[in-house]
Amino acid sequence: MPRFIAIRVLEGLATLLVSSFLIFGALYLAPGDPLSYLIGNRTLSDEAIAALREQYHLDDPFLVRWVAWLGDVLSGDLGRSITYRDDVLSLLGPRLATTTLLIAYALVVIVVIGVGLGIVAALSRRALSDVILAGTSIGVAIPSFVAASTLISVFAVGLGWFPAFGPGDGFLDRLYHLTLPVIALTLASGSYVIRVTRAALREEAARDQVKAAVARGLPRGTIIGRHILRNGLTPVATVVGLTLTSLIVGSVVVERAFALDGIGALLTEAVAKKDFGVVQAICLLLITAVVIVVLIVDVIQVVIDPRVRERQGIAA
Amino acid sequence: MTTVVFEALRMRRRRTRKSRGFGVTGIVATAVVGLAVLAALLAPVIAPYDPNAVDFGLTYRPMEPWALLGTDGSGRDILSRLLYGARTSLLGPAVVVLVAAVVGTLLALVAAISGGWVDRILSRIFDIGFAFPGLLLAILAVSVLGPGFTTAVLALAIAYIPFIARIVRSVAVGEMSLPYLSALVTVGQSRTRIAGRHLLPAVMPTVLAQLTISFGYAMVDLAALSFLGLGVQPPDADWGLMISEGQRGVLQGYWEEATFAGLAIVIVVAAVSLIGDRLADRVSLNREGR
Repeated sequence: MPRFIAIRVLEGLATLLVSSFLIFGALYLAPGDPLSYLIGNRTLSDEAIAALREQYHLDDPFLVRWVAWLGDVLSGDLGRSITYRDDVLSLLGPRLATTTLLIAYALVVIVVIGVGLGIVAALSRRALSDVILAGTSIGVAIPSFVAASTLISVFAVGLGWFPAFGPGDGFLDRLYHLTLPVIALTLASGSYVIRVTRAALREEAARDQVKAAVARGLPRGTIIGRHILRNGLTPVATVVGLTLTSLIVGSVVVERAFALDGIGALLTEAVAKKDFGVVQAICLLLITAVVIVVLIVDVIQVVIDPRVRERQGIAA
Repeated sequence: MTTVVFEALRMRRRRTRKSRGFGVTGIVATAVVGLAVLAALLAPVIAPYDPNAVDFGLTYRPMEPWALLGTDGSGRDILSRLLYGARTSLLGPAVVVLVAAVVGTLLALVAAISGGWVDRILSRIFDIGFAFPGLLLAILAVSVLGPGFTTAVLALAIAYIPFIARIVRSVAVGEMSLPYLSALVTVGQSRTRIAGRHLLPAVMPTVLAQLTISFGYAMVDLAALSFLGLGVQPPDADWGLMISEGQRGVLQGYWEEATFAGLAIVIVVAAVSLIGDRLADRVSLNREGR
């Protein structure tokens, strides 16, 4: 097991390294030389231009620049934003809270409602199960920005139950403000989780060991809890974990739709204003989050499920 | 030796494709997609107005007989814009999945037939590419090359290559282990011939299924990019862009533009993914049935 974890960590690091190369190297795809791209149509003082040369190590050969840039990033220096005239790190700080809360809230909704409804759909009678299934087959196809405009139209403008925009003040008010964004963000992935949960539990319920448990006359609760849920929910945990990666990327779109001042909104704004330092930093941050999530999911899956260990040939 | 080869080949031929129906929903979904394609092709003929004809005297009109779906904030006819928008909204993902499928299948076949370190390196690259979210890669590309339809489509196409290559590779590797292929390798059949004559037909159903499933994702991603202002640029008509433009109207109670454009995306995405699921089911049924 330690060997497996070590290999997975190394693979994750390799992915991050390649991603960082991609994010850094993208600058050199720009037409013209990188410096004129970074400056854009702004007029900068000589000192500012010198600072840019310094930040991107433009006087060094390409690979040295990448290594130097990577070194800066690892030591916490994410560079400066040209449009905000501020350190990227201090731009990210306050916005990170909004994005983290949005994603965490969405994850809770997915676990409670997504997995919950999936369990209900798997164990309930056909009529209810079919209703849930039909709902999810539509839900899966609704992208967050489509859901956003409809939710704003109905619940914010029409009924006035929720605010349309803004992050709110104080924890509870923030949650209240984030409710519509979270619904938009989780509609598709939550529906997917419901379907996966239902399918996994249905498959588990049809196994011989469950039939044997029924034949032995075990109480229904024991059969569901010990035999169906315990075995059937481990693959669901993996899917929920991987859903988190789509929430991380999806937050970029949702923040724009609801005008939230998070990382994603900053990214969209930075792309429009060609503020490349900010774009690089946020892309790197999001990729790192995705890679870490995938890594944790992989490891947890092996730790909690002996069957996966056996299939992968990993000694405990 | 030759007997083995022929036996293997005959066994393979005998696996005839049973015609498994698409079911009523499958047929409806196919019809919906067909209608959307038809609308895109015939937009100039059936659209009642010029999609870009601005008339500030007629902004935010509700649904009326002369403007079936109303007008937007610039007085443009929403129905006409939806019909013209179908062009970019369908063409974009089509190009994305076609490019990704061609390149992805090619790489997958190279990996499967070469084996060894070529396979290991390519698989690693697919894995890393798979972890890099397509939307993020497209945002990165757009930030460097400037916003636009072509940039968004090409960046997404690259991001979708591993999505197709990974699964095609695994099917191709499985196929390589079958007796008829080891027999062909043993008798010294050339690699390109094996890849073209035997592997490609074997992975084709998988490619088609994966391509259809990817189409829905690509459509959502491209619409999201246009929604963010990074894809199709105004004044062109595009469903994703219409939602972002319609949001201004939504706040004032004019829900038509955003809702109809959203509905168009949802309907097409749902129909396409349903067809994709059916195709994937068929592939796995065929594989189990052998």
